[in-house]
Amino acid sequence: MTSVRIPPTLREEVGGARELSAEGDTVRELLDDLMGRFPSLRRQLVEDDDIAPFVNVYVEGEDVRTRDGIDTEVRPGSTVILLPAMAGG
Amino acid sequence: MAGYRELLAQIKAEIDEVDPVRARELIESGDPLIVDVREQDEWDEGHVPGAIHIPRGHLESRIEAAATDRSQSILLYCSAGNRSAFAAKTLQELGYEEPVSLAGGFTDWKRNGFPVELSAGLDPQRRARYSRHLLIPEVGEQGQLKLLDSKILLIGAGGLGSPASLYLAAAGVGRLGIVDADVVDESNLQRQIVHSTERLGEAKVDSAKRTIEALNPDVEVVAYKERLTSENIDRILADGWDVIVDGADNFPTRYLVNDASVWHDIPVVHGSIYRFEGQVTVFKPGDGPCYRCLFPSPPPPELAPSCAEGGVLGVLPGVIGSLQASEALKLALGIGDPLVGRLLLFDALSGEFSDVKIRRDPECPVCGEHPTITEYIDYVEFCASTREPA
Repeated sequence: MTSVRIPPTLREEVGGARELSAEGDTVRELLDDLMGRFPSLRRQLVEDDDIAPFVNVYVEGEDVRTRDGIDTEVRPGSTVILLPAMAGG
Repeated sequence: MAGYRELLAQIKAEIDEVDPVRARELIESGDPLIVDVREQDEWDEGHVPGAIHIPRGHLESRIEAAATDRSQSILLYCSAGNRSAFAAKTLQELGYEEPVSLAGGFTDWKRNGFPVELSAGLDPQRRARYSRHLLIPEVGEQGQLKLLDSKILLIGAGGLGSPASLYLAAAGVGRLGIVDADVVDESNLQRQIVHSTERLGEAKVDSAKRTIEALNPDVEVVAYKERLTSENIDRILADGWDVIVDGADNFPTRYLVNDASVWHDIPVVHGSIYRFEGQVTVFKPGDGPCYRCLFPSPPPPELAPSCAEGGVLGVLPGVIGSLQASEALKLALGIGDPLVGRLLLFDALSGEFSDVKIRRDPECPVCGEHPTITEYIDYVEFCASTREPA
């Protein structure tokens, strides 16, 4: 189980949770698990079977785009942060 | 008990002195830290070029910030070489290995016809206003003069622009540009503290200008009562800005600011807020990632989470906008480690700061090795019906 931090802009899609536990050994598996449970997350996170260009995923503080993208490995106990762009000012 | 003359003679026997000719050789051949230990009025009338000013009375408390390396060579001077002799002794006692005192002081330096730098200097009124800056070694008089000479452009006079503009103005940033096309609305006042109830209906740039000028008459406010677009952005940036503080409330403006800042080579202090959470980072062209390295393109309009209905805790832009002001001041002064390559996240509900690394993307469409975006893109306006700075 990995704990995934849900950003404020996506909390309404997951019933208000700030953090969710998800199953998977890669970012893709974690996202599939979450999107399976909360289908409306899909269009907010994924585009063309990849992480959408307006979202960043961090594993242990590192942008997965600088590692193996959506196939980046996630070790048990890692912290995963979903971070969509937000424009409010 | 030794009198002053005996004490001075004793001190001079225990320290190293150099005459002006030797001092000049030292300055030219090496890189000594030159410390003027005289009083403010003496410094103002002229000093050795490159010297820093630490009055004798503050030497012990301030020297360590100016000279962290005890083996660094330090040349001390006063007007005649007596106060600097005592200063050299003090530095010896603090463990500095090579303090030397200029025999004959600044008087003999000038008598030899050696160069003198006149302080552009702060007048007494400014010295009083900025006294708490002058006390910080990293700012000091030179830093304050730099701030008074710096030019910072604020995108938006809303939630983030309010505290940022107030603190930058209070700090004495000489010129503040503000771009905003909106008028002050009742729903703004829960967080937009540069405005006030009596300004309802007034253009935000005019309201901000009045508040800022009342706070600090040293600041010149350049008001751009217009919405930033691909049509006007080059004209506005051509007015010459050292730093941009991005407090926009929508994606089209954020991407315009980013692309323009890369092409105009101007650092951007980026902040954004939503409900209880905010983000701050610095996009410094050439040194770190840009906004498109982080988010290559904006979300489709229907997913854009920037709309007014999202809401925001009133104080949140106070925290994030103040952090932006702090980063902008660091950039203007050239001090510290700006948030380049780090995205700082703040969660007011949990009371936590965290940060994530952000890296330059060699494939970035704007700042990458083979840019694919070379002219401005006007993205579709999001949430047009409810648009207002969060």
